[in-house]
Amino acid sequence: MTFDLSPPLLAIYIPLIGALLIALAGRWANLREGITLGTAAALFYTVIGIVPRVLAPDFWAGYAKAPPLRLIEVVPNVFLELKVEPLGMIFALIASALWILNSLYSIGYMRGNQERHQTRFYVCFALAISSVMGLAFAGNLFTLFVFYEMLTLTTYPLVAHKGTAEALRSARTYLGILVVTSVCFLLAGIIATYAYTHDLSFKPGGVFTKALASGELSAPVLGTLFLLYMYGIGKAALMPMHRWLPAAMVAPTPVSALLHAVAVVKAGVFTVVKVIVYTFGPLTLIKYHQGSWLIYVAGATILIASFIALFQDNLKRRLAYSTVSQLSYVIIAAALLSPISIMAAALHIAAHAFGKITLFFAAGSIYTAAHKTEVSQLDGIGRRMPFTMGAFTIGALSMIGLPPTAGFISKWYLLTAAWETEYAFVVGVIILSTLLNAGYFLPIIYRAFFRPSPRAANPGRHASSTDGLFGDEDDHSHAHGHHGEHGEAPWPMVLALCCTAAATIAFFFYSDLAIDLATQLRKGLLP
Amino acid sequence: MVDVQAHLPVLIVTVPLIGGILTIATGRGWKPWAWATFLTGTVFYFTIRLMMQVLASKTGMVSYELGNWPRQWGIEYRVDALNAFILLIVGGVGFITTIYAKLSVEKEIPADRVNFFYAVWVLAITGLLGITVTGDAFNVYVLLEISSLTVYALIAMGKDMHRGALTASLRYLILGSVGASFILLGIGYLMMITGTLNMQDMHDRLMSVPGILESRTVLVAFAFLLAGLGMKMAMFPLHMWLPRAYTYAPSAVSALLAATATKVGVYMAFRFLFTIFGVGFSFGMMPSGLVLLLCASAGILVTGVTAIRQTNLKRMLAYSSVGQLGYIVLGFALANLHGIAGSVAHIFNHAVMKGGMFMALGAVVYRTGRCDIRSVRGLGKQMPLTLAAFTVGGLGLIGFPLTAGFISKWYLVQGCLERPGGWPLAAVVLIGSLLAVVYTWRVVEAAYFQEPDPGTPPVEEAPLMMLIPMWTLIGASIYFGINATFTGHIALTAARSLLGGAP
Repeated sequence: MTFDLSPPLLAIYIPLIGALLIALAGRWANLREGITLGTAAALFYTVIGIVPRVLAPDFWAGYAKAPPLRLIEVVPNVFLELKVEPLGMIFALIASALWILNSLYSIGYMRGNQERHQTRFYVCFALAISSVMGLAFAGNLFTLFVFYEMLTLTTYPLVAHKGTAEALRSARTYLGILVVTSVCFLLAGIIATYAYTHDLSFKPGGVFTKALASGELSAPVLGTLFLLYMYGIGKAALMPMHRWLPAAMVAPTPVSALLHAVAVVKAGVFTVVKVIVYTFGPLTLIKYHQGSWLIYVAGATILIASFIALFQDNLKRRLAYSTVSQLSYVIIAAALLSPISIMAAALHIAAHAFGKITLFFAAGSIYTAAHKTEVSQLDGIGRRMPFTMGAFTIGALSMIGLPPTAGFISKWYLLTAAWETEYAFVVGVIILSTLLNAGYFLPIIYRAFFRPSPRAANPGRHASSTDGLFGDEDDHSHAHGHHGEHGEAPWPMVLALCCTAAATIAFFFYSDLAIDLATQLRKGLLP
Repeated sequence: MVDVQAHLPVLIVTVPLIGGILTIATGRGWKPWAWATFLTGTVFYFTIRLMMQVLASKTGMVSYELGNWPRQWGIEYRVDALNAFILLIVGGVGFITTIYAKLSVEKEIPADRVNFFYAVWVLAITGLLGITVTGDAFNVYVLLEISSLTVYALIAMGKDMHRGALTASLRYLILGSVGASFILLGIGYLMMITGTLNMQDMHDRLMSVPGILESRTVLVAFAFLLAGLGMKMAMFPLHMWLPRAYTYAPSAVSALLAATATKVGVYMAFRFLFTIFGVGFSFGMMPSGLVLLLCASAGILVTGVTAIRQTNLKRMLAYSSVGQLGYIVLGFALANLHGIAGSVAHIFNHAVMKGGMFMALGAVVYRTGRCDIRSVRGLGKQMPLTLAAFTVGGLGLIGFPLTAGFISKWYLVQGCLERPGGWPLAAVVLIGSLLAVVYTWRVVEAAYFQEPDPGTPPVEEAPLMMLIPMWTLIGASIYFGINATFTGHIALTAARSLLGGAP
């Protein structure tokens, strides 16, 4: 066991230690939240520190030779090990940066809604982030699998948080689908990979070339393995394995925002891209004509999920289906197997994150301030909550892929790749899906800003906006206010969602870092 | 001064055998417990020393001839990596459960019988150790009877002494005796045809005399042994005695039995199938590989489903034990390196996980007096350490990465894939772990996300005397999940020697 505190390892330890401190400070709420914020900041600082290493011009020259950071030999010859590469770098950056804003937002949300078991919530959240870091920096498939499962386990309490029958049922679906897919398919795929190659490491170009060349592994078996991996990674929500994601919406909104729009689902598509790039190798897949079915399944997932989203009245469910469809953008990009499409996949992992977290933040802030969950209740809400709905609009534009938002950048690369590889199907899917995206987001914006608010039509409960932040008055039990009485959500929430909305726009203008990292990833693909 | 090192194999049996009988004379109160703890602790120390001796020896094996009689006439104790490992498990778990037993025995066993309880307890452990250490087929039978008779008595001392425990014990007595007679018949036939009782000599003669393997006597002996062993190790569908026995036995006894008794049964199967008959006969000439694989697969699936439907948690774990035993049988029935290694590793891994889980349930019984699914509602807050131990143990049963259960599964699935056409078996192993998710998760959900039934008095965390042994086992299941080089090394060594035929 190594106790070397190099940055990737530190990135795993920091949230772990944070979780411990949060548990210890459980009784003092302000201290506890202070620790969460401090941990998040420290983590981001650590992760940023790793970036120059990855961007070094001779990174790939030394990649194969550089020894991984070996933590421990679990089974003889199978190590728990870490190794930094550009794709994981993007993922870690996004997750750690957004954790800061999400923590800020959580404070407002959890207190504003007077949620119970807040300490457990923050502890599990920190543990989940720790797993995400392990996933991002995993040095082989085994390590990736370990952290993948840890992520499932640590997010389960967050989904089941409310403890109601509905929450428990949804959490069961969540755990069920994720564990079934990962244990039955992903683990089987990994062990089979080990049986064929005795090599679980991540190599640009893949690990199967030798076994394929010697005839030990045939092309159909390679295709079967590919199928096992793609459906084993349930977190990528490829249809029909997507049902856990809408179910997970029962969790408190900060969980939906960071975990089920960024960390967990991105862990899924990140793993998909990583496996395609480093385990199979795009060139190997092209050479043996495997995996093109993924383009069509992902394309169908994009369209079907968007179509379902059109009919969801519950705002969070609509967002969830939108996420399912956006995740398949990443998968379809990776499945195109061209250098530029792999770049598009990496960029979309980042670009989608900012927009989607903003949308969820907005949904949670509407729930906290106005206690509204359905799209049909949102008439005129934009005038009462201008910041929230303004941010929502920016997020929606990013989903549709309009400039000047983050979504445009990745869509640009994706379309370029689609044209280059001459897949008319993909071009068609993107165009159609853009229309569908517009179809389910624009009506919300229209309602919020242009429809009149119903007059006292809705006797919904409400929290008395910002003053409820520190939970000193119990306004849930006796509040029977009218629609008109609420204003914006508590300030930490508004601040957080304004920041993510600003980031969504800033990503359009200052996307150098992400593009540099994606370019570095592309360089690794070229022999 | 006696040279302990040279006499370790026999001391492992004689010390607890004599000491166990003396337990009756220790009187009442805490004294029988202290004496039993001392005895099992000493035995544990011996097993560690013996393990070190085996690892250090050049032949990888320690042989000890009782009374200096040559092995053709006397009894030979023969210890290699495999049985040193099993001895370590029985010794270690025996010691830890003895410590744990104190409080739960105080509560569940009448005070005037405590000395008898510990006497029988130590003798049961003695029998299990003896079966494992000996290299003599008839000696196996004798020690098997010692352990079986004492285990019947232990089960009968269960809390519901007048109801379930007695019938459970009787049922086990009947089925166990049938199994033991089969084993005795098998050994008898083998002796008839080979003229020896020493396992190694039996193997040599079976291999060297031409045509002997086709003789009816050998075939009948093999059939009797397979059935008898199947009964003893509770292999599905011969497991009928086990669920009731584990359910009604005192909590500490359930923990001890789950961790050791069936494991020693599996060890006997290793010895008979691989060491005496040899892998070529058992899995080449005979269709036993296929039979065992079918039984194991069916066992994993059927008992997994049955476990899901139980409301009594001890019974749930009992069914789960039968299923987990299916993994062990499946592993060695594959008869390839990784399969057997997975099997050997799982003997250890399952012992620590299931032992720890039964201890956690015992602590729940100690505090609430019940162990059904309703009684654990909301206990996650009231007994956090106990329920956490149960949860971690459950994760191990599922085969979650970084728990010991994952290691066994890693080897088992590899073994399945190495066998031509073995991928459906790999699927069975993986589906079995999904069933484990379901039955474990019912408890997790009830404990952490449901409120206690109204009117149930709040309870405290279990006492330290229970928590420490419990977490020792659960901690071991985590430690050997993160760093399995020790267990992996032993398991692979044992697998190689079993496949080689010689112990």
